[in-house]
Amino acid sequence: MTAAKKPKLAVWKFSSCDGCQLSLLDCEDELLTVADTVEIAYFLEATRAEVKGPYDVSLVEGSIGTPHDAERIKQVRRQSKVLITIGACATAGGIQALRNFREYDGLVRAVYARPEYIKSLATSTAIADHVSVDFELRGCPINKYQLLELLNAFLNGRKPLIPPHSQCLDCKQAGTVCVMVAKGTPCLGPVTQAGCGNLCPSVNRGCYGCFGPKETPNAAALAKQMAALGWDDRQIKQAFRSFNANAPAFRNLADGVKAGE
Amino acid sequence: MNMIEKSPASGGSGPRTIKVDALARVEGEGALSVKIKGDVVTDIKFRIFEPPRFFEALLVGRPYADAPDITSRICGICPIAYLMGASLAMEEALGATVADDIRRTRRLLYCGEWIQSHVLHTSMLHAPDFLGFQDSIQWSKAQPGVVEKALSVKKMGNHIMEVVGGRAVHPVNTRVGGFYKAPDKARVRGMVDDLKRALDDSLILLKLFAGFDIPDFEDDYTFVALHHDEEYAIDRGRLLSNRGMDIPVSAFGEHFTEVHVAHSNALHGVQRHRREPYLVGPLARYALNYDQLSPLAKQAATDAGLGRVVLNPFKSILVRGVETAYALEEAIRLAQEYEPFEPPSAPLAVRAGTGHGCTEAPRGICHHTYSLDDEGRITAASIVPPTSQNQPRIEADLKGVVQKNLHLPDEELKWRCEQAIRNYDPCISCATHFLDLTVERG
Repeated sequence: MTAAKKPKLAVWKFSSCDGCQLSLLDCEDELLTVADTVEIAYFLEATRAEVKGPYDVSLVEGSIGTPHDAERIKQVRRQSKVLITIGACATAGGIQALRNFREYDGLVRAVYARPEYIKSLATSTAIADHVSVDFELRGCPINKYQLLELLNAFLNGRKPLIPPHSQCLDCKQAGTVCVMVAKGTPCLGPVTQAGCGNLCPSVNRGCYGCFGPKETPNAAALAKQMAALGWDDRQIKQAFRSFNANAPAFRNLADGVKAGE
Repeated sequence: MNMIEKSPASGGSGPRTIKVDALARVEGEGALSVKIKGDVVTDIKFRIFEPPRFFEALLVGRPYADAPDITSRICGICPIAYLMGASLAMEEALGATVADDIRRTRRLLYCGEWIQSHVLHTSMLHAPDFLGFQDSIQWSKAQPGVVEKALSVKKMGNHIMEVVGGRAVHPVNTRVGGFYKAPDKARVRGMVDDLKRALDDSLILLKLFAGFDIPDFEDDYTFVALHHDEEYAIDRGRLLSNRGMDIPVSAFGEHFTEVHVAHSNALHGVQRHRREPYLVGPLARYALNYDQLSPLAKQAATDAGLGRVVLNPFKSILVRGVETAYALEEAIRLAQEYEPFEPPSAPLAVRAGTGHGCTEAPRGICHHTYSLDDEGRITAASIVPPTSQNQPRIEADLKGVVQKNLHLPDEELKWRCEQAIRNYDPCISCATHFLDLTVERG
């Protein structure tokens, strides 16, 4: 009897908070089934065991922020049939990409007594800026159900059901009252990709864009609406300069706003 | 990537090097190297190579309200330690008073973090060391049912974070002053039955851990933890040590400092005057706050064979088990008593000032200090997470553990070292990139 060979899954970490790979361990009801379906070949946060590549699917968390990582991601790419990036760090550079808009030497000196010990790059960038990526899963953090759907889709050779539409559409579908219309609370929902499960508007909070730009976002139109609701340029700029600051649509909008940091 | 550089004959007198290039079953990226000459450990380095992310510098210029959400991204495992520490510091800076129902709901949320983080660590990351498994998946195959039970307890921790905080990783419902919306009463009260089941299961798991073959090792630790007379301190209190220190959270910087060493991207926490390591986390809390544990938690500790003070760091898995049961019990109490509150958040008036916030992250105290200008913008930030405080203590433990176990073959010694590091549940993502700005040029 020959058992069908299980696909090999690897999970890699770059500059990040670990929250997205934790989402896999947070699949409490599904984790052991996943472990039966795939061979967890490399997943440092969960196991000491390591199986050599190549890997059928690699999940990559984190951004590229050091010269060493800029090399390491190329090795990961070479060993991976399918490479999926997970989370805002991997897909847009993460919150640490705020440094892309600051003077780097000053930052290092502000945090470390001995800057010469620190080997880091002046920018934090997305994985796709360094190697080709087969799918980008958004979110800060990702939605664990979207991750399961994505793994399922890739293992079955089909297209994942991860809609690229805006958060607004999900609010409407769920019947969540629009915080911008009903309460005048500025909200990034119109330009942010859905997927979190409507979390912020459900607690009367404006979306803060942790899933990054939706497809074809009109950020400039939203900025105009935020200004109409009373936000000044600096507030608008900082709203886009957060977890997905280096995603082109958000970066371009913030770059165009004339305001000090 | 792990390897042992086998130098001429173990057992001989030649130099011996134990290296772990990428430490598994911890949060973040760390490595270890140990050098042994003859029977003497000559060098120990627990290296943190998690890339620096410069949080404190990036916060400067941002409005005070951004600090909780931005700093929560320091760590996906203990976001509440950042959301809460930053919020408390801002509330102090702004002179805000937060109502007690908000505080109790925050404590409920924090119990969720303790439960999910502790069970993740004890059952998924640490227990396999005691059993000789590479990971919890192997364990689940060898002993069906146990890992499933642990996962179901862990799930309840995450469930609390979802119900109260809006999301398990990086909750969205918290803000400086309290919450965006008071959690739904039916959903909070609705957790109680499942929490009771989880409490029973947590006691079964603790009993199982107590049967593990636990390595022998003790040291004379300096313990530092929050303390509150009325409850096992999590979200408020003064800072105590077993050497007689008793200070308000705001005096932290006068007593502790961080130094920057070449082999690590994390700054090392030491006591300012003695330059000696200290320990934060479960062993410290347990030693300093034993009296505040519930009768059930004390009984669970006794049943697990623990005295009033635990000096063996390998027994931290048992103390985490006791704390898990305590957190579940607290969560049940707080959920049963829960009433929604209005307004959901304390009123805030912007002003210039400095504030401190310190809470017990699952791994130990996490201390925040921020200064604000008169528009409420951050002018300085300092965050001291638990793992950077424990890092010198981890190295000291390693030295002792290696010295005591020189007879072990390299592979076993290496694993024992990894286990000794995991005693601290190190959160390496947190440990990177922090500093008390006043000290670095000292």
